[in-house]
Amino acid sequence: MWQNIKDFAADFFVTGDPLIYGADVAIVLTMSAIVFVLTYFKKWKWLWTEWLTTVDHKRIGIMYVIASLLMLFRGGMDALLMRTQLVMPEMEFLSPEHYNEIFTTHGVIMILFMAMPLMFGLFNLVVPLQIGARDVAFPFLNSLSFWLFFAGAMLFNISFVIGGSPNAGWLAYPPLSGTMFNPGVGQDFYIWGIQISGIGSLATGINFIVTILKMRAPGMKLMKMPMFSWSVLGSCLAIILAFPILTVTLALSFIDRYFGAHFFTLDGGGNPMMYINLIWMWGHPEVYIVVLPAFGIFSEIVATFARKKLFGYKSMVFAIMAISVVSFITWAHHFFTMGSGADVNAFFAVSTMIIAIPTGVKVFNWIFTMFKGKVSFETPMLWTVLGFIPCFVVGGMTGVMLSVAPADFQFHNSYFLIAHFHQTLIGGVVFGYIAGLVYWWPKVFGFKLNEKLGKWSFWFWNIGFYVCFMPQYVVGLMGMTRRVSTYSWDSGWWGLNLVSTIGGFLMGAGFLIMVWQILHSIKFMERDTTGDPWNGRTLEWSIPSPAPMYNFARTPVVEHLDDWWEKKQRKAKGEPEKPLAPLEPIHMPKNSGIPIIMSGFWFLAGFGLVFDWLWMAIPGFLGVFACMFAHSFNYDTDYYIPVDEIERTEAAARGTV
Amino acid sequence: MASNKNHAAQARAGNHGHDGHHDLESLRLMGFWIFLITDCILFGTLFATYAVLSNSTAGGPTGAEMFEMPGIIAETFILLTSSFTSGLALLCMNRGDRKGLIGWLAVTAALGACFIGLELNEFVHLVHEGVTIGTSAYWSAFYTLVSTHGIHVTIGLFWMIAIMIQLGKHGITPVTRRKVNVIGLYWHFLDVVWIFVFTVVYMMEVM
Ligand code: HEM
Ligand SMILES: [Cu+2]
Repeated sequence: MWQNIKDFAADFFVTGDPLIYGADVAIVLTMSAIVFVLTYFKKWKWLWTEWLTTVDHKRIGIMYVIASLLMLFRGGMDALLMRTQLVMPEMEFLSPEHYNEIFTTHGVIMILFMAMPLMFGLFNLVVPLQIGARDVAFPFLNSLSFWLFFAGAMLFNISFVIGGSPNAGWLAYPPLSGTMFNPGVGQDFYIWGIQISGIGSLATGINFIVTILKMRAPGMKLMKMPMFSWSVLGSCLAIILAFPILTVTLALSFIDRYFGAHFFTLDGGGNPMMYINLIWMWGHPEVYIVVLPAFGIFSEIVATFARKKLFGYKSMVFAIMAISVVSFITWAHHFFTMGSGADVNAFFAVSTMIIAIPTGVKVFNWIFTMFKGKVSFETPMLWTVLGFIPCFVVGGMTGVMLSVAPADFQFHNSYFLIAHFHQTLIGGVVFGYIAGLVYWWPKVFGFKLNEKLGKWSFWFWNIGFYVCFMPQYVVGLMGMTRRVSTYSWDSGWWGLNLVSTIGGFLMGAGFLIMVWQILHSIKFMERDTTGDPWNGRTLEWSIPSPAPMYNFARTPVVEHLDDWWEKKQRKAKGEPEKPLAPLEPIHMPKNSGIPIIMSGFWFLAGFGLVFDWLWMAIPGFLGVFACMFAHSFNYDTDYYIPVDEIERTEAAARGTV
Repeated sequence: MASNKNHAAQARAGNHGHDGHHDLESLRLMGFWIFLITDCILFGTLFATYAVLSNSTAGGPTGAEMFEMPGIIAETFILLTSSFTSGLALLCMNRGDRKGLIGWLAVTAALGACFIGLELNEFVHLVHEGVTIGTSAYWSAFYTLVSTHGIHVTIGLFWMIAIMIQLGKHGITPVTRRKVNVIGLYWHFLDVVWIFVFTVVYMMEVM
């Protein structure tokens, strides 16, 4: 009996590694600290009613941002561990097995639990405000999406200390990820962590498509819609087309592992290559899903800080839509070397290169927008013009190099590839979202971030980036392959790897300065009472910051592209303003605890399935269904905000009381 | 009264003038259509998988050797009929006939339950004969595709029951009307998917 318990615990809690003991301690300490603080300051009720059950898109957005910054920290720690291991030949810091786990969790966390939620956070913070809406189309579903992401992310993250992490790469190729070579629970954590959060992403995609198509302010024709919202639409269209494929792929690999089926196995007629096709049919669009909104952010920022209309608005819209469609027919460029034959490779090579055209159009549009504009270089603009544009141009060019099928036989799975995709993912996605965060920060919180610290952080990130990844192009060409945990002295890769690791740590410093910037600004920055600190162009800047819970006291009526800017111009010319319509009571959705409870049941179900514990999984799924019924039977989901309350809120927000 | 509460629920999302409730219901309907698109892609992926693996029997039994068509044809007729009765339910709703509406929904649900019963019976029979999900890639694809459809139908059944209860409680209101419309759409969609399953999985195999 005692022995049984001991055996079980040794399996269940991952033992034998100081890093993991450290994590155990850190988790227990953080949890106790949170519980203590909440209890000591009697904040439990506040937390529950104001945050955990909220259906306000702005608060959900904030929760997404916080969660994804935490994940950036975790993924970044993984990256630094790997870079430390690679700093010198024959290092003995991480074992090869541990290295496998770390590059897998790093990849998954960065793309699915950092980039995606940060993107959803920005959708939530900005889109309804930008299109003049009071809310998203389905506020309840929105909260559910967030909590599903959260449950999935937690499930994936605890694999580090409970049961063991996945180790088959961020896309979990079979047969390596099948039970034959991977009998532990790591891959099951992978499957359920991603599956649960993926359902949330799909729901967000649906939610924002309907929001954008149906809830724009009167007068805002599609062709008068701000560029960020367009890019969100493009990204969400790709989400609803791509994510069901991911759902199926993960489900099939679960069925293989759990029921002994033969989709992707080596025996029984299974076909591992089919997995690789399926996963990239999702995986390639996925990288455009995360990068399109960044393009939207850059467009907004360039126009605002050049004080000019975006150059080539129509071609920009067209480029976004073209990219979101063409990204679906390029997936096979990820396995040119796996024997598809020359014709197939040629098709995918050409379709890949075609994407460079709309992307090039966009870069020229941004540059022309700045041309003859009154350009100023606040931090958001730094990230865009000095951070993103050069980085993405280089990354795009190395991408075109990779898309030349015969050449890819040389680059494939080398550090050249690693350098390329980090350049587009960091230079395009991460820089873009940071730019967006800094740009919209005052709208969300009512104060700007400190410029000076922001600039420091920018330079650390940027210089660190080039120091880290440029040498990797070179070692890649010298023959260093990805996913190696160490190399020998005579390979000649030492110096470059050393430099690269230093760059990684510079970026880590950039992140820390960013955190410091945020904390410092929370404490010291002055409140912005204008609601429009950057002299912006689009509707979100027309309301007070932080936006009141109902966003717009009166539904705005839109006449122009960049309506708020035009309005300010007319006012400056002394044209009389239109009289304000009288205020009316506003309908709002009520908070709901169902999303968080339901996601808790999903977590239970996922955890149960990971460990083959049906006694836990079945109640988990029953709980999920019970929550759905509870929601379906609830007809009391709305309330009104009365006019006098709106008046008070508006006055307070403008600082006139 | 109930209608009071409903008013609050409908009147939200007043982003386009005052006719809020019309808006909310049309938003939901559009959301559901988009959900159906995603479900189409989900089934499309499963069909593609099935097509790729349709000859991968690894030397084991093929579908043609195992299928018993009479049962499957019966299933098909039952599901098609249930689509028809769900249409009748809709007609009753448009006439404002609550009893008829609930009645036809009940008939639809009963037919759906028969369909599921027959499908389970088929699976039990197959397993009894020795073909399981682990027999070969072909059978993995078969069981997965067909039971994904079956699970969809089962969820539809519970959902329909929930709606019948709500109709009993609240009567025909804009909210319940939308719910009935949505489940109707869903049910027809499953019918169409089944026609593909029937053609691709069964007919093409035995022909
Ligand atoms: C912040 C600085 C970062 C550093 C220093 C870094 C470093 C690394 C390293 C050393 C590897 C392993 C290479 C190998 O041995 O195969 C890796 C893999 C990877 N990274 Fe990063 N990374 C960073 C940021 C990011 C970001 C922001 C993303 C995505 C948004 C990302 C996505 C990935 C992916 C997908 C992989 C592949 C994992 C796999 O092989 O399965 N990384 N990174
Ligand atoms: Cu790709």
